[in-house]
Amino acid sequence: MYKPVEIAKGIYNVGCRDWDIRDFHGYSTYQGTTYNAFLIVDEKIVLVDAVKKEFTQELLDNISAIVDPAKIDMVVSNHTEMDHTGALPALMDRIGIEKPVFCSKMGEKNLKEHFTGNLNLRSITDGEDLSIGQRTLTFIETKMLHWPDSMFTYIKNEGILFSSDAFGQHYAGDAMFDDEAGEEIMSHAAKYFANILLNYAPRVEQLLATVKDSGMKISMICPDHGILWRKDPGVIIDAYARWSRQECEPKALILFDTMWESTAAMARQVARGIESQGVGVRIMNTRKCHRSDIMTEMLDSKALVVGSPTLNNGIFPVVADVMTYIKGLRPKNRMAAAFGSYGWSGEAVKILNREFETMGLEIVTPGLAVKYVPDADDLARSFEMGETIGQKINTAFAKGKPIT
Amino acid sequence: MSKYECPCGYVYNPAKGDYENGIEAGTAFKDIPDTWVCPLCGAEKEFFEKMD
Repeated sequence: MYKPVEIAKGIYNVGCRDWDIRDFHGYSTYQGTTYNAFLIVDEKIVLVDAVKKEFTQELLDNISAIVDPAKIDMVVSNHTEMDHTGALPALMDRIGIEKPVFCSKMGEKNLKEHFTGNLNLRSITDGEDLSIGQRTLTFIETKMLHWPDSMFTYIKNEGILFSSDAFGQHYAGDAMFDDEAGEEIMSHAAKYFANILLNYAPRVEQLLATVKDSGMKISMICPDHGILWRKDPGVIIDAYARWSRQECEPKALILFDTMWESTAAMARQVARGIESQGVGVRIMNTRKCHRSDIMTEMLDSKALVVGSPTLNNGIFPVVADVMTYIKGLRPKNRMAAAFGSYGWSGEAVKILNREFETMGLEIVTPGLAVKYVPDADDLARSFEMGETIGQKINTAFAKGKPIT
Repeated sequence: MSKYECPCGYVYNPAKGDYENGIEAGTAFKDIPDTWVCPLCGAEKEFFEKMD
């Protein structure tokens, strides 16, 4: 019979793998995801987090392989989002509806707005300790990382941090730990940060500083998605520090869409111009690349270069989709530039520049609009625009030699 | 002067203001410019509710 993995003595990962999911609320999950949940067997038996509603029975089966769910004394809900709480109502029926569910103050409020019924919600205060026998749990509020209700649960004794969505990755595989998954896992972690946490980067920085100052010992980080960091939790903590400072690489992301290949032809020339300065470049067609993959490339790109045809006096709808998404995730310390082809009216570049301004990005060229099909001169100007962007990036990094 | 709460749980306290975002201590909620957003979650002013 399947037995959940014991991640530390008396602590089990009773969560579930969602192998099939490919679209997680608009985030592409090519390798599915996991909903980790943890059972701590001490004098009291505690379940930390639950799973998505559809996996309720699997969670119950996993718990049952260790203990009878009715023997669970209390549940901790680190985060209200439904991939970690959907199972709660049915689960509490089995565990005992009178058993306490510990959560943050905002968790109490938000859980009530998600589920009717009489969950016995007990809100904690930031830093509050709860003895469960040999061990003591400490609750740490992490508001807006990434919801108002978010919190961490920490076991001082073993230095285990149940970090909810932070440090997570959408990944389902046979690996449960960083040492089993290898380097590959970092790209999943980067995608997760770029798409879920980038807009809260200043709060991530604050949190990491608080954790550092507190001298908190962390031997294992257990997020609610993906692998657990036991070999060297410092690797993901350092990556979070870097990503939250929004340190970029000398690289430009060109995203574009095209109706009759004119804006596409410009995009290729802009890319060559950037490359001619020894700067990295990535071209992504907004109708062919998923917005969450575009966002992942944005994470370490110093410049956002957007090409859009003008359609019905506006920017191309798919470009608008991606721009809305990027804007909401608030990339900072970056440069921007726009280009595109148009027919009779050519508003796209102007509209994109206005967007860049509201996003607080540094516009490094006025942009380039070309009527209908770009001729040799227009393509040369596109190349020059790329050169300018490449030079500005090099200046910002004060390094990188132009390729001659 | 009343405090106002954001749906994310952030409380604007006029006695403290929001110094980091250019709102001086002693500024009533109604006098904060409409361009100001919640320093915690980014919600616009209109979503705040009066607390007392």
